[in-house]
Amino acid sequence: MLRIVLSRTLPRISGISNCQYSAAAIPVPSAQPEVHYNKLFINNEWQDAVSKRSFPTINPATGEVICQVAEADKADVDKAVKAAREAFRFGSPWRRMDASDRGLLLSRLADAIERDTAYLAELETLDNGKPYAVSYSVDVPMVVKCLRYYAGWADKWEGKTIPIDGDFFCYTRHEPIGVCGQIIPWNFPLLMQAWKLGPALATGNTVVMKVAEQTPLTALYVASLIKEVGFPPGVVNILPGMGPSAGSAIASHMDVDKVAFTGSTEVGHLIQQASGSSNLKKVTLELGGKSPNIIMSDANMAEAVEQSHFALFFNQGQCCCAGSRTYVQDTIYDEFMERSVARAKSRVVGDPFNMKTEQGPQVRNTEQFKKILGYISSGKREGAKLMCGGGVAADRGYFIQPTIFGDVQDGMTIAREEIFGPVMQILKFKTLEEVVERANDTKYGLAAAVFTKDIDKAHYISSGLRAGTVWINCYDVFGAQAPFGGYKYSGNGRELGEYGLDNYTEVKTVTIKVPQKNS
Amino acid sequence: LTGSHHPSNQVEQCKSPPSTVGKQGNMSSEPGNCQNHQDHDPDHGDAGPAKQTMPMPVPNLEVQYTKIFIDNEWHESCSGRKMPVHNPATGDLLCEVEEADTEDVDKAVQSARAAFQLGSPWRCMDASDRGLLLNRLADLVERDRLRLATLEALDSGKIFLMAYFVDLMATVKTLRYYGGWADKIQGKTIPVDGEYFTYTRHEPIGVCGQIIPWNFPVMMFAWKVAPALCCGNTVIIKPAEQTPLTALHMACLIKEAGFPPGVVNVLPGYGPTAGSAIAHHMDIDKIAFTGSTAVGKLIQKAAGDSNLKRVTLELGGKNPNIVFADCDLEYAVEQAHSGLFFNQGQCCLAGSRVFVEDSIYEEFVCRSAEKARNKVLGNPLVPGVDQGPQIDQKQFDKILELIESGKKEGATLECGGGPWNRNSLFIQPTVFSNVTDDMRIAREEIFGPVQQIMRFRSVNEVIQRANATHYGLAAGVFTNDIDKALTVSSALQAGMVWVNCYNAMSTQCPFGGFKMSGNGRELGEYALQEYTEVKAVTIKISQKNS
Repeated sequence: MLRIVLSRTLPRISGISNCQYSAAAIPVPSAQPEVHYNKLFINNEWQDAVSKRSFPTINPATGEVICQVAEADKADVDKAVKAAREAFRFGSPWRRMDASDRGLLLSRLADAIERDTAYLAELETLDNGKPYAVSYSVDVPMVVKCLRYYAGWADKWEGKTIPIDGDFFCYTRHEPIGVCGQIIPWNFPLLMQAWKLGPALATGNTVVMKVAEQTPLTALYVASLIKEVGFPPGVVNILPGMGPSAGSAIASHMDVDKVAFTGSTEVGHLIQQASGSSNLKKVTLELGGKSPNIIMSDANMAEAVEQSHFALFFNQGQCCCAGSRTYVQDTIYDEFMERSVARAKSRVVGDPFNMKTEQGPQVRNTEQFKKILGYISSGKREGAKLMCGGGVAADRGYFIQPTIFGDVQDGMTIAREEIFGPVMQILKFKTLEEVVERANDTKYGLAAAVFTKDIDKAHYISSGLRAGTVWINCYDVFGAQAPFGGYKYSGNGRELGEYGLDNYTEVKTVTIKVPQKNS
Repeated sequence: LTGSHHPSNQVEQCKSPPSTVGKQGNMSSEPGNCQNHQDHDPDHGDAGPAKQTMPMPVPNLEVQYTKIFIDNEWHESCSGRKMPVHNPATGDLLCEVEEADTEDVDKAVQSARAAFQLGSPWRCMDASDRGLLLNRLADLVERDRLRLATLEALDSGKIFLMAYFVDLMATVKTLRYYGGWADKIQGKTIPVDGEYFTYTRHEPIGVCGQIIPWNFPVMMFAWKVAPALCCGNTVIIKPAEQTPLTALHMACLIKEAGFPPGVVNVLPGYGPTAGSAIAHHMDIDKIAFTGSTAVGKLIQKAAGDSNLKRVTLELGGKNPNIVFADCDLEYAVEQAHSGLFFNQGQCCLAGSRVFVEDSIYEEFVCRSAEKARNKVLGNPLVPGVDQGPQIDQKQFDKILELIESGKKEGATLECGGGPWNRNSLFIQPTVFSNVTDDMRIAREEIFGPVQQIMRFRSVNEVIQRANATHYGLAAGVFTNDIDKALTVSSALQAGMVWVNCYNAMSTQCPFGGFKMSGNGRELGEYALQEYTEVKAVTIKISQKNS
C-alpha cells in the first residue's frame, strides 16, 4: 500500500533539485515527540478553557495518556467568535491586506510546516496512530501542497464585469463570507486542517476551528506556526473540544456566518439542523461514503488487486472515500479474491513508528473500535464468507486484523453501512448495466472507481456512477487542484480546487447608473 | 534620509524635494503595485525586517556574468564578437558582453526545443512544481535584490531606490503571481452535441522568443518569462543591448532555482541581428516583443514571412491624461508629473498629453512647471536624486530634436528645454504649455522628460481629441464626478484607464494596447492565453448522459 502512495508522491518532490527530502531520506523518528501546545488558541494567544476543564489525549498504539488538553465549550467558542469577528471588522488589518499578501502568509505557513515536517509527522503518528512513514511522506507533504495551492489563488479569485441591459455598469466583487466555523475529524488531522484553512484564508475569511478530541495535538502546533508567520490575531482560532458541546456551540452560533464540517453523515444532519434553527449560516458538509470500486474482467489484475487493497486498507480503513464495496466481474472473481486475501494477509500491522509497518491502530475511540468489531460479527451472522482476519490484532492498543469478506450480498449490513475500519467487502457481478445500478443503490455518493482497459466501459461507468469523485484505473488520487465532495448523503459543496473557493465566497453585485452605455 | 518607515514612504522622501508640500501618494503613481502598502499594516507582506533601513547600493559592484546563457551553461559568441556596456550616468565602460547573432540563436533554439520534447523533464513535470520553481526564483531575486537593483541602476541609469522598490518589487511579485497560476490553468469539459465526450487541454505553445527593452530591464524580463514558464513553454530571451546585465544575473538564478537546462536561454545582442534571427526563425513557435511601434511592425512582418509564429506586441504610446476642473488639483498635478517624469520619461505608459480643463489650466501649468523645476538631477545611486540620465546618445538626440520642434512650432516652454550638465546624457525636466494637437510633440512618442499640457473645454471634445492618435496604450482621468469618470473611461481607446491615479499597475491586472500600441495582454490571467495552445479532445462514446 505504501509503495503506491510513495511512488505517487515522492518522484514529484524529488523531481526538483535542492528539495529537503527524498524517498531515501525519511529520518528516523522519535517515538516520544515533545508536546509544546495543549491550550486553546484564541486571538493568537494560548488560553485555558473558561471552565478550566481539560481532557486526556491518548496514544492509540499503547492506550497511554499523552497529555491533558484544554477543553473548549460554549463560553470559549463565544470568545473565539468575538476575536474572529473583530479580525473581520471592516477596516481591520486582515480586511485591508492585499490579496497577494494573504497568499504570501499562506505560502509562509506552508514553508514553516515543511521545515517542521519530521516533528509534525511524529506528533501525528503519536496522536492518531497512522504509520510514521505515511505521516511523513503523504500527510505532511499534501498539507504543504494544499496551502501553497490556495496561496496562489488569493490574488486570482476574480469578480466579473457584466454586460447587463440598460444604462448601467455592473460588476461583481468576490467577498469573504465572514467568520467561518470549521469542524474537522480525526482520520487526517493535519490534512483536514489544511483543506479547511487554505480556501477560507485565501478568500479572506476568519476561522473558528474545532479539532477532533481524539487528535488535537498537530492542529495546535500548526496554530503556533500561524502566529509565527504573521497572521493577524483573531484570523485563526483553534479550539480542541467535544462535538456535543463546542461543536454544537459553533453550529448553532448566531454570529458564525458559515460552518464547514467533515465527519459522519449522522452528525452532518445535526449541523444542517443547527444552521436551520439558528441564523441560516451557510453549510458545507463532507460526510460518509460506501464507495463502489468496480473491477472489470479486462483490467490489469495485479494493478487492480493492489489498488483495491490500498483503496480500502489505507489509513487503517479510516477514510470516508474507502473503496468498501469491491465489485468484481464473475469471470475473474475467484482469482481476484485469492490474490486479495494473500495481499491482506501479508499486510504488516504493528508499531506505527516502525518503518515497515503498513497498518497502525485504529484511532483511540472505544466506541469506534467496538463498532468495527460489531460489523465484523454482523458479516459472519448474515452469511458473508470470512476470508481472512476478523478479530483484534494485539492485546493492547486498538489494532484490528486486515479483514476480507467474500460472497457479500448487497442487502447485508456490511454492504450498506460505513464501517470505517480495515474490513473489505468483495461482491460479484455479471454485466455493466447491473453493476452500475447496484453501485448506485446506496444513500451515499462520495467516491467510486472502475478498473478496465476498455475506453467505452470506462466512460459509460464513470458517467453513470452517482459520486463526486470517480477514479479510473487508480484510487485515492488526490490533488489540491481537483475538487472533492459528495452526492446525496455524502455531503454538500466541494473542497479543494477552484471549486473550493466558492464555498467561502459571497458574491456582491454592484450596479452603477451611467449616463450612456457603450459596448 | 535616515528613513525608518515603510519602503513606500522612504521613496516618497527621496523623490520629493524638501521644499515641496505634496500629497503623499507618489508611489501610487509608479508601476509595481507597491502603492497599496503605504496605508496598511506594516507587519505583513513584503515589509520584512530587512527593509527597515534605507537600502544602499552595493559598493564597487563587479559584473559577474557577461556571456551567453544556453542550456544552463555560459557560452562565448559563435562569432567571437563582444559588445560594450556603458554606464549612461558617467559614460564609463562597465564591461564587455558576448554578442549573440544568428548562429547563437540557432544553438539556443535547439536547446529550447530539446527541453520541450515530449517526455522531457520539463514536459513531465507537475504543474505545481513549475510553480514551485518560479516561487524559488522569486526567493532568489529577493535574496539578491540589492545587487540586482545596483546593477540595474548602473546599467540603465535609473534611480537606485526606484530600481530597488519598484522594479525589483514588481519582479518578485510577478514571479510569485505566476508561480501560483501554474497549476490553475484549467481546461474545460464541454457538452458537445452527439455521443461524444469533449475536453480541452491547455498546452504550452513551445519555444518562445522574447525580446525586451532597456527601460525596465529586469521587470520586463519577469513579465516575459513568468507567464511563459508557468504555462510550460521554453524561452529564448534577448535583453536590450544597452542593458543586458540584470538579465544575465537572472539567468544564473534560473539555474540555481533548478530549472532544467534549455528551458530558459538568455542571449544579449542587437535587434537587427539576434532579434531579427529570433523573429524570422522557423522553429520558434511564438514571439513576444516589447519596444517601439516601428520595430513591432518588423516583428509582425517577420512572423508573416517565416512560420506564422504567434506574435504579441507591447509597443509605444502617446497617452492622454485628462484633468477635469472638479478634481483635487494638487494631487492631479503630482500624479500627472510623476505620470510623465517617472523613469526619466522613458515609459511606454508616460502620460505625455495632459489635457487640462480650461478653468484650471493656468494654475495647473504653473504648479506643474514648479514641480518640474524642483527635480534633482544627478548620480542615480545617490539618495535624494530623482532624475538620472537618458539611456544613450541616440535617445538623447531624438529627445532634444523633439524639444526644438516644440519651440519652433509655437508651444510655450515653461521650463527646461535643453541638456543638463555638458557632455552627459541628462536632459532638463521640460514642460510645454499651449500645445496644440497637430504639433509633433503632441503626436510623437518622445520617451523623455518632456511634458505637454493642452487645454480643453468639454467632455465630448476631450474624448475625441484624446482618441485622435494611432496609439492606444494607457490613459488617465482625474475627476470627482462618477458620471464623468465612467463616461470617459468607457470612451477612451486604451488598454488601461486610470481614474484618479496614474501608473497604478499590479501584476494581477492586464496590460497592453489598443490600435498600434500592441497586440495581446501581459500580466494577469489574460497573459496566460498568450502562452497556451488550446487542444480540444473529442472521444466517441457509446451513450451520452447529462
